[in-house]
Amino acid sequence: MSANIIKTWRQMPTSERREAIAGYLFISPWLIGFLLFTVGPMLFSLYISFTRWNIVGDPKWVGLANYERIFTADKDFRQALLVTFSYAAIYLPLSTIVGLAMAMALHLKLKGVGVFRTMLYLPYVVPSIAATLVWVWVLNGRFGLVNTVLAWVGIEGPNWFGNPRTALYGIVMIGLWGVGGSAVIYLAGLQNIPEHLYEAALVDGATEWQKFRFITIPMLSPTIFYLLIMGLIGVFQTFTSSFVATGGGPLKATFFYMLYIYNKAWESLRMGYASALAWVLFAIILAFTVVVFRSSALWVHYEAERD
Amino acid sequence: MFNFSKINGRSLFTTVRGYTILILFAIVFLIPFYWMFATALKGDDQLFQIPPAWLPNPAVWDNFAQVFREVPFGKFLINSTVLVIWNVFGQVLSCTLVAYSFARLRFPGRNILFFVLLATLMIPRQVTLVPQFILFAKLGWVNTYLPLILPAFGGSPFLIFLMRQYMMTIPLDLDAAATIDGANRLQILRHIIAPISMPAIVLVAVFTFTDVWNDFMGPLIYLNDPDKFTVTLGLSFFQGAKETSWDLLMAGALMAMIPPMILFFIAQKRLLGGLAAAGIKG
Repeated sequence: MSANIIKTWRQMPTSERREAIAGYLFISPWLIGFLLFTVGPMLFSLYISFTRWNIVGDPKWVGLANYERIFTADKDFRQALLVTFSYAAIYLPLSTIVGLAMAMALHLKLKGVGVFRTMLYLPYVVPSIAATLVWVWVLNGRFGLVNTVLAWVGIEGPNWFGNPRTALYGIVMIGLWGVGGSAVIYLAGLQNIPEHLYEAALVDGATEWQKFRFITIPMLSPTIFYLLIMGLIGVFQTFTSSFVATGGGPLKATFFYMLYIYNKAWESLRMGYASALAWVLFAIILAFTVVVFRSSALWVHYEAERD
Repeated sequence: MFNFSKINGRSLFTTVRGYTILILFAIVFLIPFYWMFATALKGDDQLFQIPPAWLPNPAVWDNFAQVFREVPFGKFLINSTVLVIWNVFGQVLSCTLVAYSFARLRFPGRNILFFVLLATLMIPRQVTLVPQFILFAKLGWVNTYLPLILPAFGGSPFLIFLMRQYMMTIPLDLDAAATIDGANRLQILRHIIAPISMPAIVLVAVFTFTDVWNDFMGPLIYLNDPDKFTVTLGLSFFQGAKETSWDLLMAGALMAMIPPMILFFIAQKRLLGGLAAAGIKG
């Protein structure tokens, strides 16, 4: 197929040439935007990551000094990485389980299930800052909803965002509130599983669990895979909830990587160092994505026709 | 082997179980909304009761008006609306043009360029955030809306991808017939492809609306002047100033989430279907 696309400009008949010119013209908004707002800034960012620069004056070339400091001396970097990874380790499995459970509930053939779908999706469209404010209040140690409910069963709830041991779980809850966004995608995946597979399983006397384990999970694995990748990228960009709820505290317990970049660039105006941090993060995300992609051969099941 | 299907009343059991699970989910996910609403209607004296009251008594509806008196919330609403309109306009225009080209025109390098477009989906925002800020700062555009509007005119890769997938499903014969009638490509796009692609265009508009309305980091980085703040930035500004006025904060948060919610209710069928399609194809 690609062989006949490679045709030199001169060999093209006029009509094809005109179509090609139109084609380039039509994509030019994206192409210009891509060069101006993505490629240009990325190259520039790579350059200034080797400099010291507070945005006024000229960048001062420091070679690998920023990177060296990040990997050898920077305690904040390690803390930010630790927080972000801990969050990923708690949030990603939970959002997969809760999102899948929600999708399966929404997949039941019951009257009025569409109303539930709407209700459960609703928190996902709430602006992150509003969601964060709601949860800061809901998780308030003394006047919050969660601790009020916990008090009914005799548990004294913690001061969630004021306690370094629980603050991260507060952020996890803010994230999980929007899990309806993943649930509708899982739901679409569930709806695409052919009914006859379950019917066949029923004939074979399979239990509910066996149907779930040997039909639902394999058939849904491409969706799980997709949401895992998107979730991974999203986790590393977590910013608003920690910025607003805790400012990274207490004791840097919610000091997310993105917050660190923000502090370096916009609080201390260290553009070079912030850029180096961003590139290190990019490399980490890339490495993780590659690992997930590689591992997908082991657990993601694609239908034969897609191979 | 124990088999549920042999039990009479199995369907009753699964129905009851199903609704129980759904209702539990709904309670857990909707109660924060109720809590927010109840708090927004509480007076100062009711805010810090232990245990907190479930029903505000009396309900202080004036809290919503008070938000407008404490901060220029009306201005924030207008600012957010202006940004949303420009962004929707830019995204719809660019995404339609670019997606049309990728979906229906042939030109050398098209597949490579489309692959590049898809690859940019993987570039995390933080890598371009700092240098983009420097670019706009050097242009003297900090504290203006330009940095928050212009990039929309480049089209978002994700939305271009969505629209291209949609346009791929329209038969090419339509273009050919229109060409024979003497229509040029812009006319074909405007009078044939765009009207057919309306569902995708609506999807792009809705996504852009929510993204821009909900964006916090962009305004935080680029806007300094409280008069230019968006609703989201205004809320955080409000929170910084009024840490203990949770009644007003909740009233503000509630008002901030109403526009995207209304939009969601109007467009939900299309939105959920489109999201699902994007999920599967991704």
